[in-house]
Amino acid sequence: MPGSTPESATDVSRSVGDRAGGGRAHMAARFAWFWRRFRRNHIGMAGAIIVVACVVTSLVASAIAPYPPDEVHSRARLAAPRAEFPLGTDELGRDILSRIIFGSRISLQVGVISVSLALLLGSALGLVAGFFGGATDNALMRVMDVLFAFPAILLAIGIMAMLGPSITNAMIAIGIVYAPSFARLARASVLSLKEMEFVEAARALGLSDLRVIARHIAPNLMAPVIVQTTFNLSTAILTEASLSFLGLGTPPPAPSWGSMLSTSRRYVELSAWPAIFPGLAIMIVVLGFNLLGDGLRDVLDPRLRAGD
Amino acid sequence: MIRLIPGDTVQLLLGTETSQEQIDTLRRVFGLDRPLYEQFMDWFRRLVRGDFGTSLRTSRPVLPDIIARFGVTVQLTVASMVVALLVAVPLGVAAAVNRGRIADAISRVTALVGLSIPNFWLGTILILFVSLVLGWLPPIGFISLLENPWLGAQTLLLPSIALGTALAAFVMRMVRSTLLEVLRQDYIRTARAKGLREHTVLYTHALKNAFIPVLTVIGVQIGHLLGGAVIIEEVFSLPGIGRFLLNGIYQRDYPVIQGGVLFVAMVFSIINLMVDMLYAWFDPRIRY
Repeated sequence: MPGSTPESATDVSRSVGDRAGGGRAHMAARFAWFWRRFRRNHIGMAGAIIVVACVVTSLVASAIAPYPPDEVHSRARLAAPRAEFPLGTDELGRDILSRIIFGSRISLQVGVISVSLALLLGSALGLVAGFFGGATDNALMRVMDVLFAFPAILLAIGIMAMLGPSITNAMIAIGIVYAPSFARLARASVLSLKEMEFVEAARALGLSDLRVIARHIAPNLMAPVIVQTTFNLSTAILTEASLSFLGLGTPPPAPSWGSMLSTSRRYVELSAWPAIFPGLAIMIVVLGFNLLGDGLRDVLDPRLRAGD
Repeated sequence: MIRLIPGDTVQLLLGTETSQEQIDTLRRVFGLDRPLYEQFMDWFRRLVRGDFGTSLRTSRPVLPDIIARFGVTVQLTVASMVVALLVAVPLGVAAAVNRGRIADAISRVTALVGLSIPNFWLGTILILFVSLVLGWLPPIGFISLLENPWLGAQTLLLPSIALGTALAAFVMRMVRSTLLEVLRQDYIRTARAKGLREHTVLYTHALKNAFIPVLTVIGVQIGHLLGGAVIIEEVFSLPGIGRFLLNGIYQRDYPVIQGGVLFVAMVFSIINLMVDMLYAWFDPRIRY
C-alpha cells in the first residue's frame, strides 16, 4: 500500500519544524511555506479539488440530489440514463445519481472516522512504544505485528464477521486494521527524534515525559502522519466499499456504493448502468485522496523530492 | 473469537421448523454445548496433530478442502503477479528513463488511477464488456491450468487483470523510483564511462540492482493479493479459498472459518520468510 517509509520520517520532521511549540506566528509562516510549494504541485492540487468537491457534495447532498435516496419510481425500474434520471435507476426504480450523492456521506464518514480512530490509536501506541522502549515497546509492537500478520482485507472481513454488518462496526473494523501502520510510523520517528538535541534539552530542563511527548515530539511527527493519513483515507474508503460489496459492511437499504455494486451484479444482463456508476464514484473519490497524498508527499518529504 | 459471530449454526442447519430437542441433540453432537475455552483447547489439540476439524455443514474434513481450493487461489495469485510484472516493469523503466517528460507524468497519473480502481468493480466491468458484450472469454467458472492450460488461461485472464492492476500500478512506481536512485550511483557512471551501451547499462547493471527494493514490495503485496483474491473469487465465482472462507462466514461454519483463516495466515508468514531469504540471495551483502 502506498505510504511514506518510516526512514524518511525524520527528514520530513526536521525540515518542517525544527523546534517544538512555536506559537501562532510560527505556524502561519510554516503554512505559508507549505502553501507556496503545494500550489505549484499540479497533482496535489488536482487531488485537493476532487476531495473538496466530494466533501461539499456530501454536505449539501439533500439540496443537490434530484430525489431522496430511497424514493422508488416503480414505473421506471432499471431505466437507462435520461433527462429524468441522469444516471438511470436501479432494480427497485431508485435514482442512481441521488443514491451516489447520498452515498458519498457514507464513504467519507466511514473513511474519516475509521482513519481518525486508527490515527489516534496507532500514533498513541507508537509514541508510547518508541518513547519508553524496552518491555513496553516489545509488548505493544508484538501485538501490532500480529495484526500485521493478516492481509488487511481479510482481517477486516474477520472482524466484521464477528461484529456483524453495520456502519459503526465497519468503522471500528477498518480503524483496527489500519492502526498498526500509524503505530509503526510514529514509533520509527520517535526512536530517531528522541536522540536529537532539542529533546535532550527538554528533558534536561526537567520536563515531564508527557510534556516532552506532547510538546516536543508529537508536533514533529505531523508531516509524515499527514501524508500517511491521506493515503489511508483512500484505502479505508476502498475497504468499506469491498466489505459492503461482500455484504459484510453497510447493510442495505443505505446507499453505500459497495452494496449498490453488489446488488447491481444480479441484474447486470438487464441493465449495466447500476453496475458502472457507483464504481466510477468510488474511483474518483479514492483517486482524489491518492493524488492529494502524492502531492503532499512531494511537498512535505524532502528526501523524495531530492530523488525526483 | 469467531464464535462471537451472531447467529446459530444449528438453527441455520436445521431450518426454522425444528423442536428444541432436535437442536439440543445436534448441538451436543458438534460439541457446541461445551464452554468456549474447552472447544478451543480441543480444536487446538487436534490441530497440532494435523487435524483441522470437520465442516459442520458438509461433514467433510476441512483440511483436504482447504488444500484443494488453495490450488485455485495460488493459480489466481501467481497469474495476477505475472500480469502485474509484465505491465509494470517495462512501464516503470520507461518512466524512469523519460523522467520529467510527458511520458513520466502520464505514467504517474495512470499508476494513481490504477491504485484507485476498486478491484471488484474492475472485475464486474471486465465481465460485462469482454465476456457479455464482446463475447470473447467465458464470463465465470474455473478450469485448472494444470488440466487444460489453454482453457485455464482463458478463465484466469480476466480475474488476474482485475486483481493485478493495483499491484501493477504500485510496482511501476516502485521500479521508477528505485531505478532513478540506482542510476545516480557511481558504478553506473563507471559503466557508462567504460563505453558500455546505454541499453546494457540499463538492463544488466541498473535494473538488477533496482530489483531488491521492488522484491520487498512484492513480498508484502502477496498478502494483499491473497486478501484481494477473496473478493475476486467471489466476483468471478472461482472455487478458491476465499469463497470457501466467505461461505464459511455466511453459514457460521466455525471449523471452516478457523481452519481457513489459520491456513491463510500461515501461508502469509511463510511467504514473508521466503522473501527475507530471497534478499540474501539477491544481495550478498545481507547476511542473517
